[in-house]
Amino acid sequence: MKALMFGWEFPPHILGGLGTASYGLTKGMHNNGDMDITFVIPKPWGDEEQGFAHIIGACNTPVAWRDVNWDYVESRIGKYMSPQIYFDLRDHIYSDFNYLNLNDLGCIEFSGRYPDNLLEEINNYSIVAGVIARTVDCDIIHSHDWLTYPAGIHAKNITGKPLVIHVHATDFDRSRGNVNPTVFAIEKDGMENADHIITVSELTRRTVIDKYGISPDKVTTVHNAVIPLSQHLLDLPKPENKDKVITFLGRITMQKGPEYFVEAAAKVLKKAKNVRFVMAGSGDMMDAMIKLVAKRGIADKFHFTGFLKGDQVYEMLRASDVYVMPSVSEPFGISPLEAMEMGVPSIISKQSGCAEILDNVIKTDYWDIDAMADAMHSIVTNHALYKTLHDEGIKEIHEITWEKAGKKVIDIYKKVIADRSQKQ
Amino acid sequence: MKSVCFYFKIHQPFRLKRYRFFDIGNDHYYYDDFINDEIINRMAEQSYIPMANTLLEMINSSNGDFKCAISISGTAIEQLQLYVPEFIDTLKKLADTKCVEFLSGTYSHSLASLEDPEEFLREVKMHDNMIHRLFGVKPKVFANTELIYDDDTALLINSMGFKTCLTDGAKHILGWKSPNYVYNSASAPKLKLLLTNDKLAYDISNNFNNPEWDEYPLTADKYIDWIAALPEQEQIVNLYLSMDTFGTFLPASTGIFDFLKALPYFAKQKGVQFTTPSLASDKLKPVGELSIPFPISDMDEARDVSAWKGNDLQREALSKLYATGERVNLCSDRRLKLDWEYLQSSDHFYYMSTGKNAAGAFSPYDSPFAAFTNYMNVLADFIVRVEEQYPEEIGNEELNSLLLTIRNQAGEIESLNKEVKQLKQNILNADDSNNSPVLTPVEVLEKSDVEAPAKPDTPAKSKAKRAAKATDKKVAAKKSTTKKKSTK
Repeated sequence: MKALMFGWEFPPHILGGLGTASYGLTKGMHNNGDMDITFVIPKPWGDEEQGFAHIIGACNTPVAWRDVNWDYVESRIGKYMSPQIYFDLRDHIYSDFNYLNLNDLGCIEFSGRYPDNLLEEINNYSIVAGVIARTVDCDIIHSHDWLTYPAGIHAKNITGKPLVIHVHATDFDRSRGNVNPTVFAIEKDGMENADHIITVSELTRRTVIDKYGISPDKVTTVHNAVIPLSQHLLDLPKPENKDKVITFLGRITMQKGPEYFVEAAAKVLKKAKNVRFVMAGSGDMMDAMIKLVAKRGIADKFHFTGFLKGDQVYEMLRASDVYVMPSVSEPFGISPLEAMEMGVPSIISKQSGCAEILDNVIKTDYWDIDAMADAMHSIVTNHALYKTLHDEGIKEIHEITWEKAGKKVIDIYKKVIADRSQKQ
Repeated sequence: MKSVCFYFKIHQPFRLKRYRFFDIGNDHYYYDDFINDEIINRMAEQSYIPMANTLLEMINSSNGDFKCAISISGTAIEQLQLYVPEFIDTLKKLADTKCVEFLSGTYSHSLASLEDPEEFLREVKMHDNMIHRLFGVKPKVFANTELIYDDDTALLINSMGFKTCLTDGAKHILGWKSPNYVYNSASAPKLKLLLTNDKLAYDISNNFNNPEWDEYPLTADKYIDWIAALPEQEQIVNLYLSMDTFGTFLPASTGIFDFLKALPYFAKQKGVQFTTPSLASDKLKPVGELSIPFPISDMDEARDVSAWKGNDLQREALSKLYATGERVNLCSDRRLKLDWEYLQSSDHFYYMSTGKNAAGAFSPYDSPFAAFTNYMNVLADFIVRVEEQYPEEIGNEELNSLLLTIRNQAGEIESLNKEVKQLKQNILNADDSNNSPVLTPVEVLEKSDVEAPAKPDTPAKSKAKRAAKATDKKVAAKKSTTKKKSTK
């Protein structure tokens, strides 16, 4: 089966969980066999893992004819993709886009991030999708998150192939209900035009059904999984700490509920002296959190690390005795799974999607700081609890594989394709 | 003639309230009165009361041919006394018929038999005293918490003077053997074992209301037929059922109470008798020995103790709890001793079970981890209270001997005081009569001798530590006598 996927991020250059999930899913589907996946991203960096999917960069796809020769193309974009694909794509330019700001190859520039002119970039991405859809043969189109929904719809209109959209998050999660009407419109349009919708949790599924008014039979949950961490990360040494370390790790934004972590920390520190708290990451609420920590008078035991890059994340986890994710609304939340794989007992909010599939974690309501503090205290004082969550957590994570998730997605493809052929 | 013996189990634990770690040291009340009240009232209304009335009716309508046994825990009785005292009266009525035998067991439905033999003996004694006080009979047959049993426990049960014990007819223990005989224990040959027939009990508790079962619906005559059709030599069928199954899991609308009421009639027709465990045990001879090296119970498919001791959390909680046992028994604080009982209930540990044993709907907690956290918080406060009773740096053994000395001294002081009084009286008498002035100096001398050790009266009573100084020398000498006194 041939699938054409539109995504925004791809490891190793990722900004959030979307890239990791896209990568894991694609690889998991490939491992199920008989899948030919073309994955489109705005801007490849050349160090993406290939082999299980053909990666096409939107920034390397011509939308206007330029008379260039093979060697020139090879020298310019050879490290991203084969020049042959460039020429194939060039043969399928469908309109004159010379009015756009194009480069010497007739391609649009993309930042591949979340710039201020994001809506323009989304629109450009959709223009490029038109060229790619005309070139690449496919049985199904799969769009990851709202940024790529317009591209997916465009491709569907051109090819007549069914469209599956993958909801990794909705604007209701990101904004605590204060939705941006433009984003909402794009999301709703994507959902209505899709033949089937995949959500990463039941929580998200409910949002799609209730807030976007989508028919429940069109929405299926496929929970995310976790990519096994490489051995060198698992082998990181645990630093000798006199104190127990309880960690919050993630963007310090409203969605992640950092203030509940601080309040719970204050409660624990009133009773227990041999505990330290770390808030790792950055975000628009960081200053407010530093103030709150000072106000509670716990700054001597509460530390901020700032943004952590690459392996630093895992070094931080390795040094932690408890990982806490008090998210107010988390469509899935992959980081507790990583923490568990590193053997760190986790406390997560019941309002996160991953709570639906995890057993060996402690779940509390995000607002229940008493329960959260109690759970923190219990793990650091009762070794038996620490050990159980540590051992059973590792076991449990090894059962959650992308292969299983990939299998579910493939089954959805088959059903969607069968439904469509029946209609015709 | 075949005999059937029904055993109905009644137990309720004192469920704990949500107890956070910052309550440790501040709040010494641990129980969720609202939930406990609600559950026992609901159980009594739906199950216990209609069931007890059914049993009364069965006994009366059969002129005492129907007999059965009830195994009720001390914590359940306490809760019934608090919230549903009328049910205790119904139980007394049942006891008065002499057709219902009350079994011995642990007071708090505890796991003491697995953890602490001395505590186990104490729990059983406490339970049996309560049964005796309420129903006027001393239990003669022993049924442990959830029928937990192994060869070591058999020795303990035997040492308490029991001749009969009920346990589970677990398949992996019996193999080809039938549970419908009386056996005896391999470790304590004088202890007769009655074994439950799990299949026939399951047909009532789980299949009665199961339309997918191929024998559905179960009727009283069919059921008695099955029992009557058992091989000639199989003389006793023990059916161990939780009383709250009747009326809740099997609602009255299923006809379960009518099914029970019809049993004595059909039993009489087919020549099947009802019996109590004591009667059965008196009548039947053991056919063979059973050796059970590892503890069994009536729980789950595995019939072992993994539901309470299956994971690290449970083992940790149990070991922490029973580590304080010795200290608690040295204390005299009544509230502390009550908490000690309530915290031992096996239910608390069942709520912590994970995996396929998970308590699920039976647990008042979200997860086993929440159950563990809550319990350990309560336990931490409890331990603080125990430690506050006596200075921590004194070891249990030392403390024990000091306490005995103090207790002993009180007696000694009293007797000496009496003597002094007596002597004073003598002197007065002597003075009055002036009969024998020669004797007086000797008696006065004796008097001062006696008064000296009696003086440190108040400090000795108040603090063990101070008493230690005054009495150190005497400890060794008095040990032998004090021990005798303490056991009384």
